[in-house]
Amino acid sequence: MNNLLIGLRDWVDARLPIMRAWDTHMGKYYAPKNFNFWYFFGVLSLLVLVNQLLTGIWLTMSYNPSQEGAFASVEYIMRDVDYGWILRYMHSTGASAFFLVVYLHMFRALLYGSYKKPRELIWIFGMLIFVILMAEAFVGYVLPWGQMSYWGAQVIISLFGALPVVGDPLVEWIRGDYSISDITLNRFFALHVIAVPLALVMLVVMHILALHETGSNNPDGIEIKEHKGPDGVPLDGVAFHPYHTSKDLVAIIVFLMVFSFVLFFAPEMGGYFLEYANFEPANIKATPEHIAPVWYFTPFYAILRAVPDKLWGFILFGLSVVLPVFLPWLDRARVKSIRYRGWIYKSALTLFVISFISLGWLGVQPAEGIYVLAARIFAVIYFAFFLLMPYYTTIDKTKPVPDRVV
Amino acid sequence: MNNYLKRIARYTVATTLAGLLAAPVFAAGGGAELEKADIDPGQIPSLQRGASNFMNYCSGCHSAQYVRFNTIGKHLELSEEQLVDNLMFNAEKTFETIRSAMPAADAERWYGTAPPDLSLMARARGADYIYTFLKSFYVQEESPTGVDNIVMPATSMPHVLWELQGYQRAVFSEHEETDSEGNVSTTVHFEHFEQVSPGTLDAEDYDIFVRDTVNFLAYIAEPIRGERRKIGTWVIMYLIVFFIIALMLKKQIWKDVH
Ligand code: HEC
Ligand code: HEM
Repeated sequence: MNNLLIGLRDWVDARLPIMRAWDTHMGKYYAPKNFNFWYFFGVLSLLVLVNQLLTGIWLTMSYNPSQEGAFASVEYIMRDVDYGWILRYMHSTGASAFFLVVYLHMFRALLYGSYKKPRELIWIFGMLIFVILMAEAFVGYVLPWGQMSYWGAQVIISLFGALPVVGDPLVEWIRGDYSISDITLNRFFALHVIAVPLALVMLVVMHILALHETGSNNPDGIEIKEHKGPDGVPLDGVAFHPYHTSKDLVAIIVFLMVFSFVLFFAPEMGGYFLEYANFEPANIKATPEHIAPVWYFTPFYAILRAVPDKLWGFILFGLSVVLPVFLPWLDRARVKSIRYRGWIYKSALTLFVISFISLGWLGVQPAEGIYVLAARIFAVIYFAFFLLMPYYTTIDKTKPVPDRVV
Repeated sequence: MNNYLKRIARYTVATTLAGLLAAPVFAAGGGAELEKADIDPGQIPSLQRGASNFMNYCSGCHSAQYVRFNTIGKHLELSEEQLVDNLMFNAEKTFETIRSAMPAADAERWYGTAPPDLSLMARARGADYIYTFLKSFYVQEESPTGVDNIVMPATSMPHVLWELQGYQRAVFSEHEETDSEGNVSTTVHFEHFEQVSPGTLDAEDYDIFVRDTVNFLAYIAEPIRGERRKIGTWVIMYLIVFFIIALMLKKQIWKDVH
């Protein structure tokens, strides 16, 4: 039996370099041995991506993309399809988990300067993934055709109407109709189940290929490839398999515990993961009192609402999403890791985190009074973090970086 | 450095908690204060009474179009015979769902608003909302139904439980407020109810009746709730065992790395 398997492997390997691929990406891929907590979120993003793809395929088998049937088919999955509720909750909890792990994954790059040379392309692919992920979540949220699906889409799509000249035709082009309708639902279904996921998967492949070309950064921000042993193996690196695979497995299980806890005991997560109003079918005649996007969009939504002018609100909203792409060139510091940066960057990052979380919170509050003022202040800090970066990273006093991982 | 991360972590936890405490509210109308429904989805007898209440007092107007009788039978421990005798008034087969006796078009003509489907009402509005709603009908002569409701003003639903609860009157207080420009406006504030005519149930029994009904509505909003918690417990226990093994494996593999 064993001989047969080895024979098969060699037969394939003579025709397709599977052994070389294994060595390049697993067995002889050396990654820093000092990875910490923050380095688990790449693998976890991958895990959640696979979860979304698989549960999504099975949901599609019972989902009905039509104005009449969509809401009912989701309830059919929840009630009549055997274990359909697990699939549905895995997918809905997965959507929120995706953004949670991706935000933490991105924050890691801010901590350790992972976007800096030579990893700019990894970062750019990452940002493309992020923007596409937002699109995927947005079109996906329309599919269950609940009140929030309908009105959320109505609000967000009509934002494009603020653009001069092209605004109105653009809105109509996106919807494919004069209002959100069956046509919109059908095209969003097509985008959600094939077009966007395909782009997402291809970008993730590019992201990881680019990563494996330069090798990972690490919490010390040291290039481990600069110190190799006589065998050509980085002295501070360990083989991805079995070292990092065994370590990642532990993280995966811990993540699954948290994930399962939400899935089985609090799938609505207090209205954050599944909004209560979305348990009512879309009603074109009744606008919900309070339209709030799902939590992962709220920081950007708060920026949008903080601006009194519609067009400028839309522009700043768009800018706030894409601005991080330029980080590799905005950050002029000579060191990568926060461990060796000065107090200025540390303070700037702290303020940034406070602003981002606060904006997220403000995005679910009504846009009135003190909330608007607070959102404006935090939005200014958000933009200042990026736009002033070339200046404050130049004057910041950094500490000497050791040669080897400590 | 570590202090720095700790500070960020602490702030994150604090804001997240603050955010969760200010959790999004159910889209309840009226802004009136809600009474706690205090339901217990584990109480089969309460759910059984609730099912019977629902079929007798609500299903004339409201459907629960996603809910099948055989599912109810399975979860509420009712035999097929019990289902047919006690719950299935206008259904033939146990796999049918709860349809209302009234065609939607007629209902809309009679009440102005078609009575909504109640399958998911408890998830959309919350159990407390329905509980308070069913206890807050009060006499209002000008209204076509003769009643109004505190939590859903100008509702077109009649007080269908009047025989049980009797009729009550709402007592309001008026407050005069003067704003900064010297304009005087009055706000009306609901104080309490006063019984006008008695029903067949006393206040306590009526509460139980409503609570059972709401318990049933919460159950049909997510019939697999009990099952998911049961499976979830097993999944987490399995993950704990798996975690210990994986941790030992990791320690073993990493023992030569310094
Ligand atoms: C005589 C017909 C009738 C019966 C019987 C009836 N309802 Fe209603 N119900 C209505 C109508 C009509 C509405 C729509 C009210 C509106 O939107 O103004 C309604 C609305 C509701 C609502 C939604 C309120 C809201 O905020 O939108 C709930 C909850 C409700 N009913 C529960 C019940 C329950 C529980 C029973 C059984 C005890 C019941 N109803 C029996 C006619 C009825
Ligand atoms: C589907 C989403 C994503 C997947 C599956 C994914 C996957 C991964 C994996 C497996 C790694 C290596 C492990 C690690 O360092 O954590 C990684 C590294 C990295 N990712 Fe992602 N990623 C995703 C999204 C993003 C996004 C949105 C960004 C930023 C905008 C990003 C930026 C980076 C960077 C900069 C690195 C290198 C980090 C370092 O070496 O320090 N990724 N990614």
